[in-house]
Amino acid sequence: MELRLAITSHSARVDPLGLLLTAAAAAAWCCLPFVIFKSNRIMPGEPRALQAVLPPWGVIGLPAVLLLTAVVALGIADAKRRLIAALGAIVVLALAIAAAANALTPAGNRIVRVAPGAAFWVVLICLGLLATDAITRLRPRPLARVLLLAVCVGGGMLALRYGPFGNLSVMREYAVNAARFPLELRRHVLLAAGSLIAAVIVGLPLGILCHRSPRLRPPVLGTLGVIQTIPAIALFGILMAPLGALAGAVPAAAALGIRGIGAAPAAVALFLYSLLPIVANTVIGLRRVSQAAVEAARGMGMTARQVLARVELPLALPVILTGIRVVLVQNIGMVTVAALIGGGGLGTFVFQGIGQTAIDLVLLGAIPTVVLAFSGSVLLDALIEVLERTPSAGREAAA
Amino acid sequence: MIQIENLTKQYGSTTVVDRVSLCVERNSIAVIVGTSGSGKSTLLRMINRLVEPTSGRVLLDGADTRSEPAHLLRRRIGYAIQGHGLFPHRTVAENVATVPRLLGWPEDRIRARVSELLGIFQLDPALYAGAFPHQLSGGQQQRVGVARALAAEPGVLLMDEPFGALDPIIRAKAQEDLLAIQRRFGTTVVLVTHDMDEAFRLGHRVAVMSQGRVLQFDRPSVLLTQPADPFVARMTGISDRALRLLALTTAGEAAVPGSSAGPRVSASASLREVLSELLWSGATSATVLGEDGSARGQLDVAAILARGRP
Repeated sequence: MELRLAITSHSARVDPLGLLLTAAAAAAWCCLPFVIFKSNRIMPGEPRALQAVLPPWGVIGLPAVLLLTAVVALGIADAKRRLIAALGAIVVLALAIAAAANALTPAGNRIVRVAPGAAFWVVLICLGLLATDAITRLRPRPLARVLLLAVCVGGGMLALRYGPFGNLSVMREYAVNAARFPLELRRHVLLAAGSLIAAVIVGLPLGILCHRSPRLRPPVLGTLGVIQTIPAIALFGILMAPLGALAGAVPAAAALGIRGIGAAPAAVALFLYSLLPIVANTVIGLRRVSQAAVEAARGMGMTARQVLARVELPLALPVILTGIRVVLVQNIGMVTVAALIGGGGLGTFVFQGIGQTAIDLVLLGAIPTVVLAFSGSVLLDALIEVLERTPSAGREAAA
Repeated sequence: MIQIENLTKQYGSTTVVDRVSLCVERNSIAVIVGTSGSGKSTLLRMINRLVEPTSGRVLLDGADTRSEPAHLLRRRIGYAIQGHGLFPHRTVAENVATVPRLLGWPEDRIRARVSELLGIFQLDPALYAGAFPHQLSGGQQQRVGVARALAAEPGVLLMDEPFGALDPIIRAKAQEDLLAIQRRFGTTVVLVTHDMDEAFRLGHRVAVMSQGRVLQFDRPSVLLTQPADPFVARMTGISDRALRLLALTTAGEAAVPGSSAGPRVSASASLREVLSELLWSGATSATVLGEDGSARGQLDVAAILARGRP
């Protein structure tokens, strides 16, 4: 009886997210091209039919695997099976696109470009969403999430390095830029993380100060809010003049690499953008700390510094870290724009690609940026959750 | 002994506490009672210098409290507040160990003291030492708050509406516990409340405050029978002051030799409770039983009524 109930409730309920993803993927599959063939990297591409480019196993196998995954997404509630289906389908999809690229590329030809079409990207995104949803439903512990991320990113990198993907257009662009790519990647990470660290060093004390002095709060938060509304390009432009003048007037500054263009204005701009979330979250986090706990701490003889270090900051930490997470993701995205003023980073590929109308080069800059931002977000989320396990002010308020 | 001399606190032109002088005997409980805004909390917080007085001084066992840094003074004075103020990110044991840690006690002494206190407050250390505050009931949290205040064996304990957040039944239990603890350690307690019943129940002496001034500071029975001021009379309650007076005396104290056929009452029951029992049962006298269950004497209605008059 119980079993039958379980089965009927299973089959009766269609998973709403599964329905949405299946519909989107099916629509893309039917209406959009799966593979684009270009006779060279800047020519507009022409779509190729699946049966024309895939070996027989792929023509039947790929749609079969995707159909099976759709059935799982629609009808099976077990998160583990959904995750396995999604990850398996992603692997098959990747192998299929690689096989298509290899079939379409004449041996030894380095001129033609075979790019994944819109259908590929839509189906990939749908599968990725299915996988993340399944992971969310599994509620893995923070460490398990970080490990899963490491396995996925590491596995993906190994597959791209040693797998059969060399004929894909993005990998072609990578091969051309193989020497520069690690340099720009490192520069990207350094710019994003460096400006974040500087913003934490300045923003945390500033936030504490704003919390202590209500009179300081509106002007500081107001100023930082105004900075936040300046478009990135405009802020770069605004910073060029003073930094250029500084470099001209102080030779030591110039020797440190401070110039009107390049990494210096980029780092300063990112630093300024980072301040608001960090200062604001520090103020909110400290304000959220139970006043009774602070009063008790003072009443028992803690010095002001001890109250801050032992009571206020530990209790505000999850909120402050949420601000840092916002800044990290925001910075990783914004560093891309810094390439415009010679700041370097993965944005270099994006803007070169735009300049050359070579969309594959744009993707070479954009895809790693997305992966970086996503990884940073997962890492900090895990850290926040570890810290929230030891109960915080918020939980006390809820209890 | 706590001597408060001419203590005044002004914020701008408003005077919150106005030239208050009073003396709290060693090993006694003084309760400061007043309406909200009467300045009672400010007066309490000036004793451990959470609020610095505008003028006047406080002597603790003869020494001016300003003769040492405020945070060192506070480590010698227990402090418990409404809503307990436990640190939500620390375990019960860590919370209780706060002041001993600040004082740099050796770890084994801290551990022993924490276990002892949790035992006294009926919290099994094996179960509760590692628990976090949000895992406890309101009454348990309040007990941990008081245990934490007593951890470093302070001679003085300040309590600001410590039972304000508790429901009536748990509150009565917490009040009994406080009386027992105070007898056990001989701590000098200054407690602030707005609840007159609580004040009469706990206070050896009660200070009635209004608009920053202490109107009267005396034993509860004196406040009832000889209110110094119409406000004190209003606070102590004119309508049922006879019953309140009866509540201050126990059956054991009032019993006279003899025996009675009426109901049996405990020597620790108040005369108010005995009178209620007699009215309910329709009897005119009751037998008073000691803690061991033997008869200690008897009480009749007339004798009880006589005690309800000044």
